[in-house]
Amino acid sequence: MIRYIRWCAYFCALLLVALLVNLARVQVWESAAYGANPANKRPAIERYAEPRGDILVDGRPVTGSRDSGQLLRYERTYTNGPLYAPVTGFSSQIYGTSFVERAEDAVLSGTDPGLSAFPLWYELARGRPAGGNAATTVRSGMQRAAYAGLAGKRGAVAAVEPATGRILALVSSPSYDPAALSGTGTKVKAAWSALNADPARPMLNRALRETYPPGSTFKIVTAAAALDAGVVTDVDAPTRTPDPYPLPGTSTLLPNAGTGCEDASMAEAVQWSCNTVMAKIGVQVGLRGMVDAARRFGFNSEGLKVPSWVSRSNFDTDMSQDQLALSSIGQFNTTATPLQMAMVAAAVANGGELACPYLVERTTQDDGSQVRRGERRSLGRAMNPATALRLQELMVKVVENGTGRNAAIPGAVVGGKTGTAQHGVGNAGTPYAWFISWARAEGTALPQVAVAVVVEDASADRGDISGNGAAAPIARAVMEAALATG
Amino acid sequence: MTALTAKVAEPAPPPPPAAGAPKRRGTELTLLAGAVLISVLGHLHVGLTTTGHVPGTAARYATGLCAAALLAHLAVRLRAPYADPLLLPIAVLLNGLGLVLIQRLDVTTPGHLTAGDQLLWSALGVALFVLAVALLRDHRVLQRYAYLSVAVALSLMLVPVFFPAVNGAHIWIRFAGLSFQPGEFAKILLAVFFASYLAANRTALALTGRRLFWKLRLLPGRVLGPILAIWLISVGVLVLERDLGTSLLFFGLFVIMLFTATGRIGWIAIGLLLAGLGAYAVETFEPHVHSRVNDWLNPFASIERGEGPGQLAQSLFAFGAGGLLGAGLGHGQSFLIGFAAKSDFILATAGEELGLVGLAAILLLYGLLVARGFRAGLALRDPFGRLLATGLASIVALQVFVIAGGVTGLIPLTGMAMPFLAQGGSSVVTNWIIVALLVRLSDSARRPRPAKEPAE
Repeated sequence: MIRYIRWCAYFCALLLVALLVNLARVQVWESAAYGANPANKRPAIERYAEPRGDILVDGRPVTGSRDSGQLLRYERTYTNGPLYAPVTGFSSQIYGTSFVERAEDAVLSGTDPGLSAFPLWYELARGRPAGGNAATTVRSGMQRAAYAGLAGKRGAVAAVEPATGRILALVSSPSYDPAALSGTGTKVKAAWSALNADPARPMLNRALRETYPPGSTFKIVTAAAALDAGVVTDVDAPTRTPDPYPLPGTSTLLPNAGTGCEDASMAEAVQWSCNTVMAKIGVQVGLRGMVDAARRFGFNSEGLKVPSWVSRSNFDTDMSQDQLALSSIGQFNTTATPLQMAMVAAAVANGGELACPYLVERTTQDDGSQVRRGERRSLGRAMNPATALRLQELMVKVVENGTGRNAAIPGAVVGGKTGTAQHGVGNAGTPYAWFISWARAEGTALPQVAVAVVVEDASADRGDISGNGAAAPIARAVMEAALATG
Repeated sequence: MTALTAKVAEPAPPPPPAAGAPKRRGTELTLLAGAVLISVLGHLHVGLTTTGHVPGTAARYATGLCAAALLAHLAVRLRAPYADPLLLPIAVLLNGLGLVLIQRLDVTTPGHLTAGDQLLWSALGVALFVLAVALLRDHRVLQRYAYLSVAVALSLMLVPVFFPAVNGAHIWIRFAGLSFQPGEFAKILLAVFFASYLAANRTALALTGRRLFWKLRLLPGRVLGPILAIWLISVGVLVLERDLGTSLLFFGLFVIMLFTATGRIGWIAIGLLLAGLGAYAVETFEPHVHSRVNDWLNPFASIERGEGPGQLAQSLFAFGAGGLLGAGLGHGQSFLIGFAAKSDFILATAGEELGLVGLAAILLLYGLLVARGFRAGLALRDPFGRLLATGLASIVALQVFVIAGGVTGLIPLTGMAMPFLAQGGSSVVTNWIIVALLVRLSDSARRPRPAKEPAE
């Protein structure tokens, strides 16, 4: 019998080995796959087990965390949610994250290795450092000015510091409160579907993700291309342009909104926004030259990140002469985000050098010690310094005695350019009002701010819509806020 | 490898007379102190990680465990001084760890506190252990009660049929707010019966019967009949009650004990074949079992259907989350498994919070317990004792394998309680009795033989 008892014991030992081998398979071999299974709630539970780090504006948090007592414990709160929504984005237990919440998620949620001096320790202890903070470049005064200016209208404002690329204001209107998307439950789902069903598209970040025909504001790019290429050497020389201007190769006549554009110089064309002159100059520069110039300003670039990705602004690379003429005045297929047009103004203001816009100044650990600085880098030279100086003069004239007088600020030098962009099938849509500008306090060498404003005000009477009427006052308010705070 | 070498090896000679074998009671006391210390530290750790302060139950838990361990130790020291010194400490450690895990799960299910009940049941189990060790002077006494135990076992198993089903199985008796599983007790009684019957009829089983072909001989029906009938009845009742884990256990127990008594491997093969056919039939006709098998074959099917993870999938997630070192006591999320997290799926919590390392240690504790049981069986000189020790050790081994294999996806899941660890009164009490019997058997095995063996 002893022999058979031994066999039984061996059999039991075999069972034990089978258990241990299978256990090693489940706990080591399959462990990662189980962890990655979308039905496994553990990563989410762990993610929300600690309060999320904050997003700062002017050094003060515009976000917070609330202990919900639920399985996914900490939910996001927002102070002034609608005001900062285009900057912060949302952080939702159900719908994920967007914008800075998404771009800096690793720091905010505490998973970034840079948050700990001893990453290995946290790895071993299975713990996690507290979530870090993300300090933005946004200035609350400018943000508020832009938001107040757009109140009740659809549109967007983007403001940057020309020398550095810091994004000082980023507003989209109408906006929404991202707090409505925090947490779980039916209320959040209802808010999500309501926001998505809203025809006004409040969750659309118009400053970064919507592209509009830039209209006459694009004439700054055309003028820069012409000066750089030597097509125009004297901005004050008459250009021998008929009014209306027949588009090359067609019988279509391009008119002007105002009078006095016949034979006007480029300076006058910018000042009074002459379609005919700038279209003709664009054709003279040629497709190749115009495409290159647009590209130097940032058009046709897919990869711009601030750190959230920015929609591609477009300037067609394959066009007939008449299409080129229309594109040169910001029509046809030319489209731009408000941020892109702010970059155009900023390049002029910064002597031709285009700084890459960025939104996160620095990320810090919970205790304030730095994790990373926002990368300040150049996107290259958009135009020659001399061209930039010439364009600055032309833009100042637009505000002092041209189409953009509503942007003038006493005690400051302001350059601007209006735009009224046709769009829709057969230009049937209500035109968009544009204004791009920059400003410097008198006595300072460099402009402190460049702004782009677009108002797509569907409710306004069509005749009233113009860059000067609808957009310039908002730009002025934003620039005043910029100059007032330094 | 070991099985092969065992096949060619000569049957080991019976162990030498254990004259003057050391009692090792001091070793037992030291190990007990270690077991109590580990459990109490675990208890404190759970309190500190989940609530941030020493749990209010700490003193009660520590004193209770100390007192239980000391009482059990005294009983062994006085009444079974030659008993294997490992058995009691392993039982105390496993029971203590079970209490720690249940206390930990209580934290996340505040409406359903069970650690207190479990502590009371454990106390009752230890009391019965003490009683059994004190009153049962010689295990051979049990041999006399073979037919009484089988009668009690069968009636115990039949009773739950008349009680309402819980979670689809008729295996509980609810009485005065308490519920217990008679099948748990029945397994000991059945082991006693099998051991007694097979010991008495061993020669007839091993040597008589018509030869079929080759070495296969038909076992004599006169001898095999009654035991086969008992086994069939018990398994039949369990299938009726849908207690498939226990019916599997009884089947395994029967086959192992029959094999140990007769050494007929051919009949084991036939038994396995029949069991396979039976299992196939049950799988086909029982939707309850069918779904269990489907879960086992594809634990993530419900996720693919968009219904969220099933219990087995949650269990696998928990084990996976534990990884090699575990999340640490109190840091896991095994409550996601839902109901039965404290009973059937308690190993998932151990796996998630203690990791592969901790779980392997726990399984090795069971392995050690089983091994010591077999060792007692090897050292005993009477066939009844040998068979009983083998049977009891096999019960623990099979139960651990079936439940641990089930929750880790190795075999289809059948509801059973992890010995000592799982929440459940009847289970804890039964396992303490098993340990008491093993202590008694090992005491007999290691006791120095009197100069002259009394005639049986």
